[in-house]
Amino acid sequence: MELNLLLLFMIFSAIVAVQIEDLLSSVIAVGAVGLGLSLAFLVLKAPDLAITQLVVEILCLIILIRATIKKDLPFSTSGRWVFNTMSTVVFVVMFLLFAFFALRELPRFGAPIMRVAQEYIATGLQKTGAANLVSSVILDFRAYDTLGEATVLFTAVIGVLAVIRKVGRINNEKS
Amino acid sequence: MKNPEPGMTLIVKTITRLTVGLILLYGIYIVLHGHLTPGGGFAGGVIIALSFIHLMLAFGKETALKKLSEARASLIESLGAIMFLSIGVLGIAGGYFLFNFFVDKGRPFHLFSAGTIPFCNIAISLKVGAGLFIIFAALIIFRSLGSEE
Repeated sequence: MELNLLLLFMIFSAIVAVQIEDLLSSVIAVGAVGLGLSLAFLVLKAPDLAITQLVVEILCLIILIRATIKKDLPFSTSGRWVFNTMSTVVFVVMFLLFAFFALRELPRFGAPIMRVAQEYIATGLQKTGAANLVSSVILDFRAYDTLGEATVLFTAVIGVLAVIRKVGRINNEKS
Repeated sequence: MKNPEPGMTLIVKTITRLTVGLILLYGIYIVLHGHLTPGGGFAGGVIIALSFIHLMLAFGKETALKKLSEARASLIESLGAIMFLSIGVLGIAGGYFLFNFFVDKGRPFHLFSAGTIPFCNIAISLKVGAGLFIIFAALIIFRSLGSEE
C-alpha cells in the first residue's frame, strides 16, 4: 500500500521532471524522485540503502542546483512560505516515521553478528565452494552490488574520456 | 625543450625492465587466486593497471601506449563489463540473475573451484585494470596536449 503510493509519487515526479519548462524545478522534481526511492527502501526494511540513497541524493541535488542556476538566489521569505514549510515538515515527519519502523527490526547495538551475515558464514563454503569468504560474498551473495560498482567505474571512465578528450575520434582520424 | 629519449634515467629504466613483468604476474596471480586468498578482481586489476602505469612513468607514454593503446584498453574494459554481465545473464538459465550456475563447485581450496566466482574476478580485473589505465593515460595525454599550446 505505502509502496504503491510511493511508486505513484515517484512516477508522477519523474513525469513532472521531464515535462516542466523551468530547469531548476526539473532538478527539484528529480530530487523528489530520489526522496521517494529512499522512502521506498525504508518501507522495504533496508535502512542502509535508504541512508546511502538519501546522502547521495542530497549531494546530487546540491551539485545539480549549483550547476543549473547562475547566481545565488536571494533567500525567499515572501510568497508561499506556509505551503513550503508545511510540505517540508510533512516529508521530514514521514521519513522519520518510516525510519522508525525500519530501524525497529534491526538487532540490538552490539549484537555480535547480524542474522544475514551469520547465514553467510555458516553456509558460504558449501554453497559457493570459495575458500575466501569475502570473494563469495561480493561475487555470489551480493553480486548485484559488485555489478553496480563496476557500472559506476565504467561510467566514471566514460565521463573522464568525454570531458578530457580534446577532439572527437572522427575528427582526429581525418586530421 | 624536448628530451631526445623520453622517460626517466637509465637506473629507473633498468629496474623497471626487471620488475614490470613480475608486477604484472603478481596482479594476474592475485586475480586468479581471488577465491582462495585475500585479494580479488579489484585489487588484482589495480596491480595490473599499475604495472602499465609503471612502464609509462619510466619509459614515457609512447612505449606504454604501444604495448596497450588507448583504444585497445577501452575495448578490454568494455569486454570485461560484457563478460561480467553475460555471466549474470547465463545465471538465469540456472534460476536467477547472477546465479552461480556450476552444479559441481569443485573441491574447496583448489584453483578450479567456486563455480563462476573466478570468472567474475577475471572480468572485474579486466574492467578495473583497463579502466584505471585509461583514466591515467587520458590525463597524461591531456596534459601533454595542454603544454603544446
